[in-house]
Amino acid sequence: MTCDEAQILLHALLDNELDAGHAREVEAHIATCPACTAEFTAQREMKRVLADTKLRYSAPASLRTRIEASIPQARPQPSRRSVLRGFAMGSAVSALAATGVVAVVLRQDDQQRILSEVVSAHLRSLQAGHLIDVVSTDQHTVKPWFNGKLDVAPPVIDLTAQGFTLVGGRLDYVDARAIGAVVYKRRQHIINLFVSQTASTEHRPPKTQTMQGFNCRRWGERGLNFWAVSDIGGDELAEFVDKFETAMKANVEG
Amino acid sequence: MPVSDDFQKAQRFREAALPYLDDVYTLARYLLRDASDAEDAVQECYLRALKHFDSYRGPAMKPWLFAILRNVCNAEYARRAHSHAAIEDTPGAADQTPMWQENEASPETEVLRSRDAGAIRKMIDALAEPFKETFVLREINNLSYREIAEAVGAPVGTVMSRLARARAMLRAAWTAEEEHSK
Repeated sequence: MTCDEAQILLHALLDNELDAGHAREVEAHIATCPACTAEFTAQREMKRVLADTKLRYSAPASLRTRIEASIPQARPQPSRRSVLRGFAMGSAVSALAATGVVAVVLRQDDQQRILSEVVSAHLRSLQAGHLIDVVSTDQHTVKPWFNGKLDVAPPVIDLTAQGFTLVGGRLDYVDARAIGAVVYKRRQHIINLFVSQTASTEHRPPKTQTMQGFNCRRWGERGLNFWAVSDIGGDELAEFVDKFETAMKANVEG
Repeated sequence: MPVSDDFQKAQRFREAALPYLDDVYTLARYLLRDASDAEDAVQECYLRALKHFDSYRGPAMKPWLFAILRNVCNAEYARRAHSHAAIEDTPGAADQTPMWQENEASPETEVLRSRDAGAIRKMIDALAEPFKETFVLREINNLSYREIAEAVGAPVGTVMSRLARARAMLRAAWTAEEEHSK
């Protein structure tokens, strides 16, 4: 064995990574070579000191909390927004303040991430057996199904007459929270309409974004956030949203 | 039921991956040398791991998480390289400065073993990649050579030579610091 080989293998010897045969060979070389003996002794000493020193870091508690919150739970932990929502109920003044905070927090760091989560949820739903929890073309069956599963049941509106067939509803998870998804069909294309509660009651006009080849049209109305996701064209999706909004207004006013 | 499947998957993930949070964070701290960048990287690592948990086929969770973290860190390196185009001097210069010159205010004359954790961490931080990564995985995260090979996607032979090189560099820095503080 050459010194060059031994200089590498002595580390494997230190780490107990050599089989008996190779270990004997390295030991035999070290025994006859002062340079390698010196290196081996020094490295063994260094390894011993390192083992006695606290070189590991501990993850900050805040990081642990953040990561735990991002893993779906049977009973979702209060998210940043629901905490703020609770806060907003405290008083009218703080409600105003919190609404502002929510808008800023959401717009700056959450929006893009939520969009990507919504698109992922849409993709998941397309896998076999994941699309629908309650199968029904009847809005009076789908709507009550959500009651008790979510803080606020999403509006379920039958748009079959307008060319978008209601096929059912599903619970999904976006931003670490349970969220309602109402499923529509346009020809063979699926449209997922995700609905979540928000502290902001302002009307936000619909806006279309594209991600991974899917169109996503989002808007806000009456304290709810909506995301309609589908692979149908942007104009057809806009038509869907228009019809939905019109029908929702008619429902509320009627 | 897809819903309970998701919960079960999330629960399995929690049990399998969360116990290694300190390990993953430790590697991130050494790779990125910045506490807040490390936090971001670890969070991203867990998000990706959860997303790809379906394709995870054991048995060892630790090397799998480390492999994901490395990808996240590589993206961060790329981002830094990009943003450093504007502010070339400080970080680059710090890399060039041998660690032992930063400790002039400690004229101790103790032996090897008296280095405190902070000084040793700094010496490890100063090791060049990919040697530092291999060293941290072996010496601090306690991975076997085979697991390191898995995590970094290199043959075991490469892991062995990188580790030998890392330890030689660390010992040189260590000795030099002692010389300096005498």
